[in-house]
Amino acid sequence: MTDKIRMRADDFSLFYSDFKALNRISLDIPVNRITAFIGPSGCGKSTFLRSFNRMNDLIPGVRTEGKVLLDGKEIACEDVVELRRKVGMVFQRPNPFPKSIFDNVAYGPRLHGVRNKSDLAVIVEKSLKSAALWDEVRDDLHKSAMAISGGQQQRLCIARAIAVEPEVILMDEPASALDPVATLKIEELMNELKKNYTIAIVTHNMQQAARVSDFTAFLLTDEKRAGNLIEFGPTKQIFTTPSDKRTEDYISGRFG
Amino acid sequence: MKNSRMRRRISQGSAFTMFWFTGVLAVLIMVFVVGYIMVQGLPGINLEFFTTSPRGGLSGDGGIWSTVVTTFYMIVVTLGFATPLGTGAAIYLTEYSENAESVVVRKLVSMARFGVETLAGVPSIIFGLFGYALFVSALNMGFSILSASLAGACLIIPVIIRTTEEALKSVPVSYREGSLALGATKWETIRKVVIPAAFPGISTGILLSAGRIVSETAIFFVTLGGSYRVPHSLMSGGRTMALHVYYLAMETRAFDKAMSTAAVLVGLIVVMNLVINIVTNRISAKTR
Repeated sequence: MTDKIRMRADDFSLFYSDFKALNRISLDIPVNRITAFIGPSGCGKSTFLRSFNRMNDLIPGVRTEGKVLLDGKEIACEDVVELRRKVGMVFQRPNPFPKSIFDNVAYGPRLHGVRNKSDLAVIVEKSLKSAALWDEVRDDLHKSAMAISGGQQQRLCIARAIAVEPEVILMDEPASALDPVATLKIEELMNELKKNYTIAIVTHNMQQAARVSDFTAFLLTDEKRAGNLIEFGPTKQIFTTPSDKRTEDYISGRFG
Repeated sequence: MKNSRMRRRISQGSAFTMFWFTGVLAVLIMVFVVGYIMVQGLPGINLEFFTTSPRGGLSGDGGIWSTVVTTFYMIVVTLGFATPLGTGAAIYLTEYSENAESVVVRKLVSMARFGVETLAGVPSIIFGLFGYALFVSALNMGFSILSASLAGACLIIPVIIRTTEEALKSVPVSYREGSLALGATKWETIRKVVIPAAFPGISTGILLSAGRIVSETAIFFVTLGGSYRVPHSLMSGGRTMALHVYYLAMETRAFDKAMSTAAVLVGLIVVMNLVINIVTNRISAKTR
């Protein structure tokens, strides 16, 4: 791999109290690429994704070993507020705030000190354009975000994440609650977004991983139910010539 | 076969009739109570009734102006004490107490929870006695709006805590995650996302508490003093409309005035409930 590395997990383990959920995972997330985490339900792929912006900190009893690095710096040492500005997240179910479309996108920039109205308007327009939503909502910016469709809401959440100019966008099964047309739109959007951002996505849809990602990581639980990284490499290689038998079984649909 | 079908039809029919009958009866009782008060009370209500104060004495002459003013003061002052305390405590209990690591704090929190549950079921005269002992006597505040509203606050704080807690808990976790993931602090998340989303529920709780103050009698009987004059400071005594109804009915010959005051009270409660409905509908329509 010659790509520049944006984030890196280095011998990273995570525990829920005494239960080990992730077992010594190491992998690199390259700049301006889409990295997909795949694996059967309960393999820890979402937990792993949430380790990159420390969302697991919110759960009482969680403890980690090893390191996660962003641009070579350990994220555990960084201010969590600043980390989450740099590493944005899009969730499984669209979760717009019960505010207007404008206020949803402006939420992050306002938090980080943008007060000027015209500055905010510029950011909102730019973010909505990047999220391919502007043309659909340009006349309804002050309408409630709860009134638009699920697919539009998810793109709004992407716009909301983009508005704080993150370096990385983490996506946790971003299309699993959407219909096929809306899913396609999100996938096209991801392809656009990777020009400017680094993306990591969790998906249980293998076709989706094959379609959109550049690199794929396959996770699987061991006999103690801890998530292990089985194989990581360019998506093409993982899907055509996997080196591990378990990866081959999984992608050919023999289990999972 | 035929027989059993018949039996089922009859039991269905009689069940329906019974529930219809109980439903209608419940409504009728309510209509009768309110209707009786209105029929008896409305004739005595005119502008003068509102604008003059009671004259005192056995005759029960005069209107209700000073009691309206006292009721208003009581609502404002009591909510002034109870709202920040109640909502603040509820925010701590729902949003922060889970993260408390010390065993002592956890114990205290569960005791506080139990206390809130229990206090919400304590008869109001107990709060009255407590208020009399502490505020009126021990702290030397006398029979005053201050004493009465502090005692009243003790009554409604559990109500506000519980309704606010319910409202906060009904805000989806996904809103909080969405906000935190954008780099908001916990307090920013609570202030900008959680509280606005819970606002209809919180304001309903506060308005319900205002209703409790309007209708409360026992506490104010032993802390407010019962003066029929217009209060001029926090240290003045007074009587709320509900208290006035009691005095008129028990200590004067003016039972008709008691009915008229009661009719005004019922009208006020109806208006407050309408306001609650309108406020909640407005806000939830906006966010839907």
